[in-house]
Amino acid sequence: MTQPVLDIRGLRIALDGREDQQLVKGLDMTIQPGETMCLVGESGSGKSLSALAVMGLLPKVLQPIAGQVVLQGQDILHAPASRLRKLRANAMSMIFQEPMTALNPVVRVGRQIDEVLEFHSRLGANERKRRVLEMMEAVHLPDIERLYRSFPHQLSGGQRQRIMIAMALILRPQLLIADEPTTALDVTTQAQILSLIRELREKQGTAVLFITHDMGVVADIADNVTVLKLGEVMEAQPTEALLRQPRTDYTRELLQAVPSHVPRPPRADSEAPVVLRAQGLNKTYVDGGWLRKTRQTMAARDVALSLRKGRTLGIVGESGSGKSTVARCIMRLIDPTSGVIEIGGTDIATLPRSQLKPHRRKFQIVFQDPMRSLNPRIEVGESIIEGPLNFGVPRDRAMARARELMGLVGLPSSAVDRFPHQFSGGQRQRIAIARALAMDPEVLVADEAVSALDVSVQAQVLRLMADLQERLGLGILFITHDLGVAAQICDEVMVMQHGAVVEHGPAGQVLAAPQHPYTRALIEAAPGRHWDFANFRPFAEA
Amino acid sequence: MSDTSLVFSRDARPSIWRKLREALTSSPVVLVAALVLAVIVLAALLAPWVVPHDPTRLTPSLRLRPPDGTFWLGTDAYGRDLFSRIVMGGRMSLAIGVSAAVVAVAAGMALGLMAGYVRWLDAVLMRFVDGLMAIPNILLAIAIVALWGAGFWTVLIAITLPEVPRVVRLVRSVVLSAREEPYVEAAIAAGSSTWLIMRRHLLPNTIAPLIVQGTYICASAILVEAILSFLGAGINPETPTWGNIMAEGRLFFQINPGIILWPGLVVSLTILAINLLGDAVRDALDPRMAKRGIDR
Repeated sequence: MTQPVLDIRGLRIALDGREDQQLVKGLDMTIQPGETMCLVGESGSGKSLSALAVMGLLPKVLQPIAGQVVLQGQDILHAPASRLRKLRANAMSMIFQEPMTALNPVVRVGRQIDEVLEFHSRLGANERKRRVLEMMEAVHLPDIERLYRSFPHQLSGGQRQRIMIAMALILRPQLLIADEPTTALDVTTQAQILSLIRELREKQGTAVLFITHDMGVVADIADNVTVLKLGEVMEAQPTEALLRQPRTDYTRELLQAVPSHVPRPPRADSEAPVVLRAQGLNKTYVDGGWLRKTRQTMAARDVALSLRKGRTLGIVGESGSGKSTVARCIMRLIDPTSGVIEIGGTDIATLPRSQLKPHRRKFQIVFQDPMRSLNPRIEVGESIIEGPLNFGVPRDRAMARARELMGLVGLPSSAVDRFPHQFSGGQRQRIAIARALAMDPEVLVADEAVSALDVSVQAQVLRLMADLQERLGLGILFITHDLGVAAQICDEVMVMQHGAVVEHGPAGQVLAAPQHPYTRALIEAAPGRHWDFANFRPFAEA
Repeated sequence: MSDTSLVFSRDARPSIWRKLREALTSSPVVLVAALVLAVIVLAALLAPWVVPHDPTRLTPSLRLRPPDGTFWLGTDAYGRDLFSRIVMGGRMSLAIGVSAAVVAVAAGMALGLMAGYVRWLDAVLMRFVDGLMAIPNILLAIAIVALWGAGFWTVLIAITLPEVPRVVRLVRSVVLSAREEPYVEAAIAAGSSTWLIMRRHLLPNTIAPLIVQGTYICASAILVEAILSFLGAGINPETPTWGNIMAEGRLFFQINPGIILWPGLVVSLTILAINLLGDAVRDALDPRMAKRGIDR
């Protein structure tokens, strides 16, 4: 057997070197040349810490207290800083989640790749430039001579990540560490980057340590998988074996929580009253003006939708598609340029603030980021009753209702006296839902409401929303970029691209038999769409 | 998988007061600064009871005496006890400093909140503030005093007014970023009034930076008051202030240099102490200033 590229034995990482504060508790992992190892886990599992330990980039307060990390026969944990610096470029390199912050914004990207060569090789300037252009071509960047001279902000997210990959691989390291490299990217871009990593691994024989929370990505890219939970290895298996026969309950639950891309069975057609209707909705942003040419951006173009009581309408699309703009127009957090928004039969699109207020009760919103959607300085109970108090509900009655709502969203009623930082992300999202429900709304707008949550928590929150809809007859407008989530909760789906609706219909039809090429592209790009995770088999075998 | 099982973290986030206490004890220098300031403030507060001589009694026969056992720092040109005058002068100087800080912060906060949250007010208010900032502080203060005559209130206004624009800008920038927070949008969706949103969701974000800014304004105001008095544009020369004492001592510098040196030293110490405390408070309240690098 050949020597492994990376061999980790019993790695333990602790806070302030304290035995009782271990964040990684005994990680064992071996990566062979040319192999892709996926390190999978939810937030707090220690997967990113392990990668940083390999790179020797752990913050000072977090240090390994036991174990060894051997890169091609060399012990990393005890290597001096100068040795590590050399290894970091030549033997291993890393790409990160957010390519914008990982690149220097004021240096041309060609120069940034060139710097790596300049510091770590003795090549002349011309030879270096030739190698950089070659590498840029290898990561399939278009128009490389022009891009060589571009700044990071002139590139798209996908192009920036390609630059990062070019930078990481130009010295042909044996190990590439990729920490959630596609999480910040749109799904179609993600598919391209994944296939690029696969291709380069085959061409250059690089071993890849791929860190992700997404089982779909695992199914697409991994040879072997290590599952981490709260710093402990739950299991390690070849990918196919893991997906077919997970050995631990944790992995099984993790797989079952992955939202399937097969739409749920349709519900019977509803004759319930329409609670939300929009017609000819436009939102145009005007830039510049006065001594400069004005530039118009159509964030939403002629959007029409209607939502019945007790039903869910999904709006899916990539970033910049205008889906959030539509949600914010409907909430009147921004003013639509033109169009009609009817809530309970009243057009609220142009109502001034004072006349809008009585209608505010009827539509409420849940945001994406659970860390920022509650005021950190006031008790969550106060946040929940703020709306009812505005509408004249007496304080003690509003508070009693808040306690009741806590129970409804699965939290103890005593939680109203706590502050937001005392809750986890999923719990905070439950509180945000309780806050919305305190107004007894007819329409609930969920703007990427489960996107920031771990997949198991995501499944719970989705179940909660479906359950609340059943009980309270809510109309839900569900904004998401995740087709799997849309398939699990929506009755109807609307696909948006560049501000316009390109396809609209029952979920089963849009997601299973898409008509528009863009919808088809979105579905084909979804990672792991061939796997039926919940049933531990590929769809082809079903 | 344990999303619904509640594990509340016990440690509540440190309150602003605990952070301030931590700031005080963060280093020996800060502690010494706090002690020095405490002594100066106490002396000023208790001045009428602790001064050894009446600071305003003229005794021409004892003029310009060097320091001795009776007059610890000597006497001035009218035979008044210098030590008593410096202690008494601290009352006025510190009163001006603290009042200027409180008034500037209060006015700046109100204007900054409005500029940051009410869009159409922003342009008008900020152009006015920009205009005010274009005039040098001292010049503006002298102009105001020249216009209305010297007195406690005009001097206070003359010192405070040029400080307000800085506070307005600070508060506005904090409000501009805070108003984008989803919890503010949730409050809008809940039908909360503009007033409630400002008071409950935006204002608390400005308190930490304002405490820090307040200390700087206090130090700067003490200095500007001293300069105004020194130039003869300050409070009535009969009332001892640190600036007044120095202004009068100017002519007799060669006979008794202490008349300028001692009040000058007290002004410097006070401002140094306030600024050191301000820095410590800023480090404690602003996590971006905290040192936590990666060892590479």
